[in-house]
Amino acid sequence: MEMKAVVSSTGLMLLFAWLSPSQALYFHIGETEKKCFIEEIPDETMVIGRYRTQLWDKQAGSFLPSTPGLGMHVEIKDPDAKIILSRQYGSDGRFTFTSHTPGEHQICLHSNSTKMALFTGGKLRVHLDIQVGEHTNNYPEIAAKDKLSELQLRVRQLLDQVEQIQKEQNYQRYREERFRMTSESTNQRVLWWSIAQTFILIITGIWQMRHLKSFFEAKKLV
Amino acid sequence: MAWFLLLCAPLMFGWIRASELTFELPDNAKQCFYEDITIGTKCTLEFQVVTGGHYDVDCRLEDPDGTVLYKEMKKQYDSFTFTASRNGTFKFCFSNEFSTFTHKTVYFDFQVGDDPPLFPSENRVTALTQMESACVSIHEALKSVIDYQTHFRLREAQGRSRAEDLNTRVAFWSIGEAFILLVVSISQVLLLRSFFSDKKTTTTRMGS
Repeated sequence: MEMKAVVSSTGLMLLFAWLSPSQALYFHIGETEKKCFIEEIPDETMVIGRYRTQLWDKQAGSFLPSTPGLGMHVEIKDPDAKIILSRQYGSDGRFTFTSHTPGEHQICLHSNSTKMALFTGGKLRVHLDIQVGEHTNNYPEIAAKDKLSELQLRVRQLLDQVEQIQKEQNYQRYREERFRMTSESTNQRVLWWSIAQTFILIITGIWQMRHLKSFFEAKKLV
Repeated sequence: MAWFLLLCAPLMFGWIRASELTFELPDNAKQCFYEDITIGTKCTLEFQVVTGGHYDVDCRLEDPDGTVLYKEMKKQYDSFTFTASRNGTFKFCFSNEFSTFTHKTVYFDFQVGDDPPLFPSENRVTALTQMESACVSIHEALKSVIDYQTHFRLREAQGRSRAEDLNTRVAFWSIGEAFILLVVSISQVLLLRSFFSDKKTTTTRMGS
């Protein structure tokens, strides 16, 4: 009986965890507006995004709970500006991706409504929730799947956190290397261009004097 | 069964949320975010400007009545904690309206309530064992480590974007200056030559 209760409650929780966020952060978006969010993440990091859209109903003067036929187009670009996900989702959607290169990933959302009449109000409310790295782990689910005790689950959570810290540190080393290369490049450029400009200055000075001297000699003024 | 559902209730209603987003704020633009919060929940709003101009942005936090809880102009980084005094939709806005042509990238972290309990059947009445308390304190410490790492990463991104900017600017302006130098020196010579050429024709005319 106890076991059944545990299993059924876990099942219920999994169900609720899966549902779109009803109380997440939300913002308003226009009809053709594209909203982009940047996630700077190390490689092999999982990102789960969930959104829910609500349309402004002019007659009711409030937002409708959900509107079928209203879709959002989700486009995700990796740090090299290559598109890794470009899909149309419904009014409620869940998208997920794992980064293969470290860096700034861009997640863009824009509405792709087929019925233009829907947008007479001009406002669309988008609830958005983006979870990165170890926040994507669903611990009750992991506990049920691997049959972990409470202490084991806590330790597993700590392990995941430490792994995320490690990945971030690694990514930081890579970023610092890039920063250092950029600074070295600037240093080189400043050095060489200063030498080149001094050289050009001296050469043009000499050329000017010689040219004018020969010019005036030709004119018999010198 | 009933008390299980009761414990699950917070998960259902999502009282416990942490939203962390980085978005681009174009010049002369304002971006607002809304969140429904229940009374008595402790919330924290933290923001940092990542790239753009003087790295500053206006921030404003309002409660459901429209009372301004937090308002700062041209702030680079700040953290604000408050307890929700009533139920309703709280609104916070970032404004770049003072800027004419620099767009900014803003990071914010809005934490509502505490983290959800890890194990659903956790009964807060019974005390945690020593091992479990140790785990909880390590978890909290690691959370703050991750938070510091994030802020460090943002600062490093700032520095790096400035360095990359400087790199391209140095190249661009060096080439530009070399070009200007050549153009100016050649035109000087040509101008000087033109002065003497005119005089020469006048003298010859006068001579003959």
